[in-house]
Amino acid sequence: MQIQLNGEPSQLPRAMNLAELMEHLQLQGRRVAVELNQQIVPKSRHQQTLIQPGDQIEIVHAIGGG
Amino acid sequence: MSHQDTFTLGTRTFHSRLLVGTGKYQDLNETAAAIEASGAEIVTVAIRRTNIGQNPGEPNLLDVISPERYTLLPNTAGCYTAKDAVRTCQLARELLDGHSLVKLEVLGDQKTLYPNMRETLDACETLIADGFEVMVYCNDDPIAAQALEAMGCIAIMPLGSLIGSGLGILNPHNIRLIMEEAKVPVLVDAGVGTASDAAVAMEMGCDGVLMNTAIAHARNPVLMASAMKKAVEAGREAFLAGRMPKKAYASASSPLQGLIHS
Repeated sequence: MQIQLNGEPSQLPRAMNLAELMEHLQLQGRRVAVELNQQIVPKSRHQQTLIQPGDQIEIVHAIGGG
Repeated sequence: MSHQDTFTLGTRTFHSRLLVGTGKYQDLNETAAAIEASGAEIVTVAIRRTNIGQNPGEPNLLDVISPERYTLLPNTAGCYTAKDAVRTCQLARELLDGHSLVKLEVLGDQKTLYPNMRETLDACETLIADGFEVMVYCNDDPIAAQALEAMGCIAIMPLGSLIGSGLGILNPHNIRLIMEEAKVPVLVDAGVGTASDAAVAMEMGCDGVLMNTAIAHARNPVLMASAMKKAVEAGREAFLAGRMPKKAYASASSPLQGLIHS
């Protein structure tokens, strides 16, 4: 399944929810925030949020800045 | 410095009046050491896309700048529209488990990184209605500062000079005009180049100073962080002490009586 991940096309090996995507990307347990089609999906809802083909997903974290 | 000299941002009380950024350091160890030496309690961070598939074990900024130890101040650096700035703040709130304190900056152009006040005011309105506590980077226009305060910003943060320029406080008169009217803390954000700039801001009566490049791009960032800590404290104490009046002519410090010469 094709999605847009952080602005790049990305191929997922199977249907998955956001929690599974985090595991797939080895980001589980990391301090990140996730947007699905420009809507924030709280961590508590990752498990129940199924990814659809063409979804735009943004995953962000904190980095150094002033 | 007396322990009673605290300052309050919204509902939080702080002792250190030096706020520092975490950008432009060589590595996370240097970041952590400099922040430690600065004595800062409030530390800014930026929000950016995670690198997908690169070093999943790579250390994270929040591993060395712990949200339990520091009050994190997510910024909207790099945003040129109110919409992007609001989105960034909302992501930061999700990332930091409901944390509502943010540093809003909406920039006008890449050459000057000067604030776009129209977009800044728009973003403020949306963020405050959404429950954020907004510390706002702004130009040194006293009327704009009043408008931002009236909207409910919890701190007004005019630039001393352009971000990353190290030119110091170029228009102290305007900063003073802003402070005269403001009921919320006024912090100089951007432009500090060295310790004396920070001291000047504090001697003027600013509530605090926010800086990043002056420390991170010093030859020895950890030593400069320590210098900035002292400069902010010294400037604050000098402000509280009240400086002597300036005079046009000399006034001897030693008694004129009892001189031995004829």
